[in-house]
Amino acid sequence: MELNFYLILALLLFSIGVIGVLTRRNAIVVFMCIELMLNSVNLVFVSFSSFLGNLNGQIFVFFIMTVAAAEAAIGLAIIIALYRNKSTINLDEINILKW
Amino acid sequence: MIWNAENIITLSFAILALGSAIMMITRRNPITSALYLIVNFFSISGVYLMLRSQFVAIIQILVYAGAIMVLFLFVIMLLNLSGEKKMMETFSYKKISAIILGLMLFASLGITAFFAFFGKYKTMNPNAEIMGTIQSVGKELYTTYSFPFELVSFVLLAAIVGAIVLAQKKFE
Repeated sequence: MELNFYLILALLLFSIGVIGVLTRRNAIVVFMCIELMLNSVNLVFVSFSSFLGNLNGQIFVFFIMTVAAAEAAIGLAIIIALYRNKSTINLDEINILKW
Repeated sequence: MIWNAENIITLSFAILALGSAIMMITRRNPITSALYLIVNFFSISGVYLMLRSQFVAIIQILVYAGAIMVLFLFVIMLLNLSGEKKMMETFSYKKISAIILGLMLFASLGITAFFAFFGKYKTMNPNAEIMGTIQSVGKELYTTYSFPFELVSFVLLAAIVGAIVLAQKKFE
């Protein structure tokens, strides 16, 4: 497989994640779609790393995964706090920051 | 493209990843979505293995499919959510435009990537096989990147403290 195959695969996954974020109304599912988008960026990093023969891309993936784990913990804590206050996680009903 | 065993395995992992991603954003029940996302992470890990990056593939399964998705499933079960309304019942112009927007994003990025690397990088770098092992990644991580490696532990510490504070019973 050439490099373009992996790039197109990652871009398709990223676009699916974007469509999911824009269409779904459940906060947890939106969050999972963001994880999917992070993953597709990791795929681009790893494929460039393997094709160019440069290890730095894989190191970056390691750091991105650490930050993603931290982000998941914080985001789910925010969702739990939100559910406790408003007893819903439907994004259409959470609009106190909209004007 | 040559139809040898390696390419066929890579292609099937890619199709599995795309299929599970599409299933994930179309299922109504959040638990089903989470399980499809786990399938997606496993198949992306397979693609990493075909790219000769063993370390990243193992970490993908351990951290994403193991740790993060368990956290997601825990929260979904704690909140006891009901499924969303059917896609067709809430089919509005917003959703159609969102899908069109996503396809346009893919088209623009895909055209850029396709023409930027058209006919280049037909095969993997010969060093890739030695490069992706745990030994070489660990050596790089503990020598060149030792300071960011230590810093990232503070990020994790802050995240743990923040998660406990945010999910407390009385949050003020």
